[in-house]
Amino acid sequence: MSAFDTIVHLIYLACATAFVVGLHLMNAPATARRGNQVSAAGMGVAILTTVAVLIDGGRINAYAAWALGLGSAAGAVAGLVAARVVRMTAMPQLVSLFNAVGGGAAALIALGEHPATTQAEVTGVLDVLIGALTFSGSLIASGKLAGRVPGRPIIVPYGRLISIGLAVVAVVTAVLVVGFDGGAPALWGAAAAALAAGVLLTLPIGGADMPVVISLLNACTGTAVAMAGFVLESTPLIIAGALVGAAGAILTKLMADAMNRPIGAIIAGGYGTGDAIAVAAGAGSSSVREITADDAAIQLAYAGRVVIVPGYGLAAAQAQHEAVALAQALTERGVEVSYAIHPVAGRMPGHMNVLLAEANAPYEQLADLEESNPGFPRTDVALVIGANDVTNPAARRPGNPVSGMPILDVDRAKSVIVIKRSLGHGYAGIDNELYADPRTAMLFADAKAGLGALLAGLSAYAR
Amino acid sequence: MSPLLLADLTVFTLGLLVGFEVISKVPATLHTPLMSGANAIHGVVLVGVMLLAATISTPAGYALLAVAAFFAAMNVAGGYVVTDRMLAMFRSRS
Repeated sequence: MSAFDTIVHLIYLACATAFVVGLHLMNAPATARRGNQVSAAGMGVAILTTVAVLIDGGRINAYAAWALGLGSAAGAVAGLVAARVVRMTAMPQLVSLFNAVGGGAAALIALGEHPATTQAEVTGVLDVLIGALTFSGSLIASGKLAGRVPGRPIIVPYGRLISIGLAVVAVVTAVLVVGFDGGAPALWGAAAAALAAGVLLTLPIGGADMPVVISLLNACTGTAVAMAGFVLESTPLIIAGALVGAAGAILTKLMADAMNRPIGAIIAGGYGTGDAIAVAAGAGSSSVREITADDAAIQLAYAGRVVIVPGYGLAAAQAQHEAVALAQALTERGVEVSYAIHPVAGRMPGHMNVLLAEANAPYEQLADLEESNPGFPRTDVALVIGANDVTNPAARRPGNPVSGMPILDVDRAKSVIVIKRSLGHGYAGIDNELYADPRTAMLFADAKAGLGALLAGLSAYAR
Repeated sequence: MSPLLLADLTVFTLGLLVGFEVISKVPATLHTPLMSGANAIHGVVLVGVMLLAATISTPAGYALLAVAAFFAAMNVAGGYVVTDRMLAMFRSRS
């Protein structure tokens, strides 16, 4: 090994260390931003070092250099613009899009490399299969999150049969590549099968299962990148890929546990009826009590303790600023306010925390499931904003789609106000028994409009 | 199995274990930035695309390379910036 190679290797090792240290710093809000910067610095050094390797090697021809340079520049601009302009409520689909392109790039590496050794062939096939599947799967997931692809589970006719066919194609092409030196045509065949499988696997998954799905796809991209590292015999790719694979796997498990559903069942998809179906306000159930915004505002103003329970409806209506403004107004009146956040509220892990942070909700007011539940019996008003299944008391009984799912014990509060557009179902597709509870009052409105009306009512009637 | 493959496998396995150890302590509040930050880290695939560039010498290869470079650069640049934007909001209050 030449002195240059040794130095390069040591620099790559330092970069991998920066990734690990960066991730480690991300476990506390105070140090998280520095952690990301450490990780980014490591990445910058790794890229510059690779430029030096290319120049030193002198093997890259002018056309390849231009393709690399122009492609990277265009990609960097596209990524920076998207990252700068995205709204916090649209974060899940952007993260999913970045995940897609990462997986796509990993798959293209093996497709461009024409693996020669057995090691490169085996890992190359894995790279192409996992990378292409993540690419198309994440694009569909991103489309679902953005509302461009319907969020409800889409059942493809003969889907299972087609999946089995695609799995057979994947195995056959893998055998051709590894056992019979099938080369590029077989690899492209594997890529095509994996692309189709990614679409087919993601379409039947309901919008509310997305926190699990995008965590899983993130883990897959990490694995694909590690496989690309095996193909190229590049240590930084292997280490970074393994780190991301582990991160994605942990988040997947946490999210699946929070829904009390096996990961396999989520992948199988087709659960419930998808995102809320609009039902005319008040229709269907006569026992539901409606409340006006002014009455609700007065009830909140004279409460001693209020717990706000945000859900996907808050994100969809982009009402995080209104929610925090209401909490502030109540706090100024001497009301004790906190937020109870369910792990799978929203469309990606920790989605609600990001939205509330954007609106400057005080960190100490945010409480997770375990911290919140003991406090509900002491709570005068639980204000549920666009959350549904995570508050359904039916989860405590066996025999229904939400059985066993850990819920927020909203029904144990002294009274409950629910801001919701309609009595439509959550993704589980069942009635929420909370709404029929005599202590529950429904404020039928879009989250943003409803919270605006509450704020107006508060300033008009409760001085 | 070549010694090289064994070394790579060792690195991969230890990388997984370190990842599990480091990440399992992250609180729910930071799950979105964590996922986004991890997402940016797999943008290291850009290094792979650069190494690939040295081996390519056909027109089809150049096209594939340009697409791969576009994807990887978008992943790495966008991933870090968007994570930083999110984390800036978290820090401003603490």
